[in-house]
Amino acid sequence: MTAEPLLAILVGVLFATATYLMLRRSLVKLVIGLILLSNAANLLIFATSGLTRGAPPLIPEGMLTPEGAVADPLPQALILTAIVISFGVLAFAVVLIHRAYEVVGADDLDEMKDTDT
Amino acid sequence: MRIEVALPVIIPLFFGSLALAFWQWRGVQRVVGVVGGLSLTAAGIWLLVSVWNDGVLAMHMGSWQAPFGIVLAADLLSATMVLLTGVMGLIVAVYSLVSMTPDHERFGYHPLLQLLLAGVAGAFLTGDIFNLYVWIEVLLVASFALLILGGERAQMEGAIKYVTLNLVSSLILLAAVGLTYGLFGTLNMAELAAYMGEAENTGLVTVVGVLFMVAFAIKAAAFPLFFWLPASYHTPPVAISAIFAALLTKVGVYALIRFFTLMFTEAPEVTQNILLWGSGFTMLVGVLGAAAQFEFRRILAFHSVSQIGYMLMGLALHTPLALAGSLLFILHHSIVKTNLFLISGISYFARGTHELKDLGGLYRTHPGLSVLFLIAALSLAGLPPLSGFLVKLMLVRAGLEVEAYWIVAVALITGLLTFYSMVKIWAEAFWKADPRGEQAPAVGPSWPDRRGMWLLYAPVAVLAALAVLMGVAAEPFLQLSLAAGEQMLDVDAYVEAILGDDAR
Repeated sequence: MTAEPLLAILVGVLFATATYLMLRRSLVKLVIGLILLSNAANLLIFATSGLTRGAPPLIPEGMLTPEGAVADPLPQALILTAIVISFGVLAFAVVLIHRAYEVVGADDLDEMKDTDT
Repeated sequence: MRIEVALPVIIPLFFGSLALAFWQWRGVQRVVGVVGGLSLTAAGIWLLVSVWNDGVLAMHMGSWQAPFGIVLAADLLSATMVLLTGVMGLIVAVYSLVSMTPDHERFGYHPLLQLLLAGVAGAFLTGDIFNLYVWIEVLLVASFALLILGGERAQMEGAIKYVTLNLVSSLILLAAVGLTYGLFGTLNMAELAAYMGEAENTGLVTVVGVLFMVAFAIKAAAFPLFFWLPASYHTPPVAISAIFAALLTKVGVYALIRFFTLMFTEAPEVTQNILLWGSGFTMLVGVLGAAAQFEFRRILAFHSVSQIGYMLMGLALHTPLALAGSLLFILHHSIVKTNLFLISGISYFARGTHELKDLGGLYRTHPGLSVLFLIAALSLAGLPPLSGFLVKLMLVRAGLEVEAYWIVAVALITGLLTFYSMVKIWAEAFWKADPRGEQAPAVGPSWPDRRGMWLLYAPVAVLAALAVLMGVAAEPFLQLSLAAGEQMLDVDAYVEAILGDDAR
């Protein structure tokens, strides 16, 4: 049995949990939801591009193609990039909710409706 | 190797780093900001001329051939958007020479503005969907920091909604990119366009297409995903609101046009229908939201939503004329809406408030400003001979040609309600007597000196002149947009230019 169904279920659970957390009023839960969502998206890339137990994609000296089954390096590069980006952006989000908490004095999105219409 | 395709990305990154290097010297940063805007405009002109003469251009990064490497590609749509980015960057950089307070500048306004321009230009030029995600993140991070520059309470409240919804949209985009790679094994736009016809699992392809649509519709602020925009656009300093209104939602619209003319065209009965309904509701709901507002910048923010509907309408109708109308509408809206935000900034300098009920008598004290406001406002409402009339005429005609009568009706009603909102601002802020009484001083304490006043008025006057020019001397704009519209629907030529032999 392959691990793909398991990974698919994990991605689904992560998406669902993230959505639930983001619908809460608490700012902290909102950011935790965003973190879970970014992990869910990264795992989704991993799952859809096919899980293999292939070797590292290294081409032996003197040849033009690798020997045997190799893992696709591109999804890993994508995920690595996405992890770095989401790390930066989520770090910003954490600082933002901290500042918002200081300025507004509450960890409650219902207290932050002045700019809404 | 066509270097002009990469220059619009390199230039703002270079000037942004230069501004960072002069962190302590605000005077140098200001010069760097203006020179950066000028250079980007020049690069945009060069790119547009090259694309006009030679057709679709491609630049293979690091000489890795597409589809293996990342490719930057410029067609008329991209090149026009890049030129728009340069002009808006320049206009806002000049305006902020006076309007930005030293505190905002000390927190890195100038480097952030250049980074934002780099992200926007990169998103317009890339020919790879994962690279598009990366550029969108670049511009998002810059816009996050610009939005909270100053750290007032309203900015924090607006930023939480802005950051959350834009992050969610980015992650939906990322998920859709992953699914696309799983389906097609490539991320190159041209190669995706070539493979799209051979897809086996067309249902799943449509689902992925709609995922992309949701992600970009959040960025474009289309109905029913626009709520972050009116909650946040009126909170930062006015120059920042202006550059946001000029460029950020346009990236979403551009991406929608790119994806649904080039790649996800296999199920038009689904995607075009959603876009058509979405555009109708976006127009109507945005303009009705604006009608309920009594704050200068909030009205403008809601109108931004409503005008996005027109751009999507052109995309949904999907004829060369309609797509040309969409492109011209993007230009028109950037020019006019940025101008209105800049004017709201000048009126704030004069009176120290954005509330319409506290404003008044501006026509008596600032007749020049009033004329400039009228030009921008009437153009937004679509009165001849200004730019708004031309673009609405194109869209309405495109709608009548394909017999989509109800969307034409919605567009015209929205134009009427836009006119109502603009007249409301005119009557309240400019026409009515000053609520502070006849003896009140004409300008507040923050009003700049004579030289500063020129720097505030010059960008506004240039944009007003552009709006008039687009309406009166429409021929070159029409030719450009019609050629771009034809080019957008000619998918084979685009694929050939990116992947073909002469590109290698």
